[in-house]
Amino acid sequence: MNTRAAPPLFEYVLRFADSDLVLAQRLGEWVGKGPAIEEDIALTNVGLDLLGQARMWFAYAGEIEARHNGRGRSEDELAFLRDGPAFRNLLLTEQPNGNYADTMARQFYFDQWQRLALDALSSSRDSRIAEIAAKAVKEVAYHVERSAGWVIRLGDGTPESKRKMQAALDDLWMYTGEMFVPDAVEIGLIETCTAADVRNLRDRWLSNVRVVLDEATLSVPGGAWMQGADGRGGKQGIHTEHLGHLLAEMQFLPRAYPGLQW
Amino acid sequence: MVMTGGQANAVASAPSPDAMVIEHAWQALGTVADPEIPIVSIVELGIVRSVRLAGVSLVVEITPTYSGCPATEAIASAVDDALNARGISSKRIETRLAPAWTTDWIAPEAKRRLREFGIAPPHVAGARVCVAGISPLRRMAQVACPRCGSTRTHLVSQFGSTACKAHYRCHDCLEPFDHFKTF
Repeated sequence: MNTRAAPPLFEYVLRFADSDLVLAQRLGEWVGKGPAIEEDIALTNVGLDLLGQARMWFAYAGEIEARHNGRGRSEDELAFLRDGPAFRNLLLTEQPNGNYADTMARQFYFDQWQRLALDALSSSRDSRIAEIAAKAVKEVAYHVERSAGWVIRLGDGTPESKRKMQAALDDLWMYTGEMFVPDAVEIGLIETCTAADVRNLRDRWLSNVRVVLDEATLSVPGGAWMQGADGRGGKQGIHTEHLGHLLAEMQFLPRAYPGLQW
Repeated sequence: MVMTGGQANAVASAPSPDAMVIEHAWQALGTVADPEIPIVSIVELGIVRSVRLAGVSLVVEITPTYSGCPATEAIASAVDDALNARGISSKRIETRLAPAWTTDWIAPEAKRRLREFGIAPPHVAGARVCVAGISPLRRMAQVACPRCGSTRTHLVSQFGSTACKAHYRCHDCLEPFDHFKTF
């Protein structure tokens, strides 16, 4: 579809769009299966926020694409008609739901990162990015409270909930590295004050995570090896085996019935 | 148009036709109820950001409350219907993101009606303490029960019947209630 290489700004905006969309889809998988009706509703509402944010990013990505090569894809085309390697979401967001501790650990790491990243982006030189980020960060502030609250309740809960919460945090730890490693796409945009310099966010993220884990009587995982932190991860379109399955479910309808209207 | 002195005085003392159209439009928008909380209008909620004329077209700017709010599209179509009903057919409805919507824009009168309706209204957003990642369970502001006024209430879930509301329970009258989150 694209004859010229996508501009860095398109790539960058797509990363936020895709992380939001993929995590929203994961949260949507909980619909009707939550452990209590309040949780079912809450997970869906967090997913809905992320889907709304994804739409704002996709709309902007489409406009950037149109400026670049004359035709920009619609939100739906970007969401439903790209294959796995074209997705730019963080590896963390595509990890399966697992048990409730797994879902909350994934959300907690992501929420803590997203809040810092959006906060930094709300002063981006790119006014559209700044507007979307300033809007989204208010929603994410609630997401952080919620996921941190669950990490504390499960961690400082029963022996079984504590064991599961710690295991979930440990299992997902290796997917948190790539969040703080900028690649060439990001570096160029950091230099023009367009992108958030994620290198500066790591210490704050870690200290925010640590405060919650301390209160939860849990330990900060210690593994040093990080998946995708070598520049071959989700942001570059190299995914874990889970993304394809997620896309198969998410994209089936619009691909089987092209142009179908609701 | 050549304007005589007399006409100029008349213009100064009476609203211009443009101002009247805009006033007319605001009145129409004031009748558009929020689809999920029908006791308040979209104007009272601060969703309508501006109304102006661009040539002969009316331009209405609306802002989303939560970015994924499913009511956003219903609101845009209700705005369209309300203006059509008042004979304003040449119009554009635009979405404005910045500044981001805040519950501080909800009119005091609307907050009072929310409480009467059984929804605890939001606090002032500026007063919300936001400390990085810290003790989320402890820094929730107190929310008074809209039925009995007790502040002995607790948060059941960050999300209630809609994205903009949290679910609370009162320890005194034992009733559950929605709290319109401070945002």
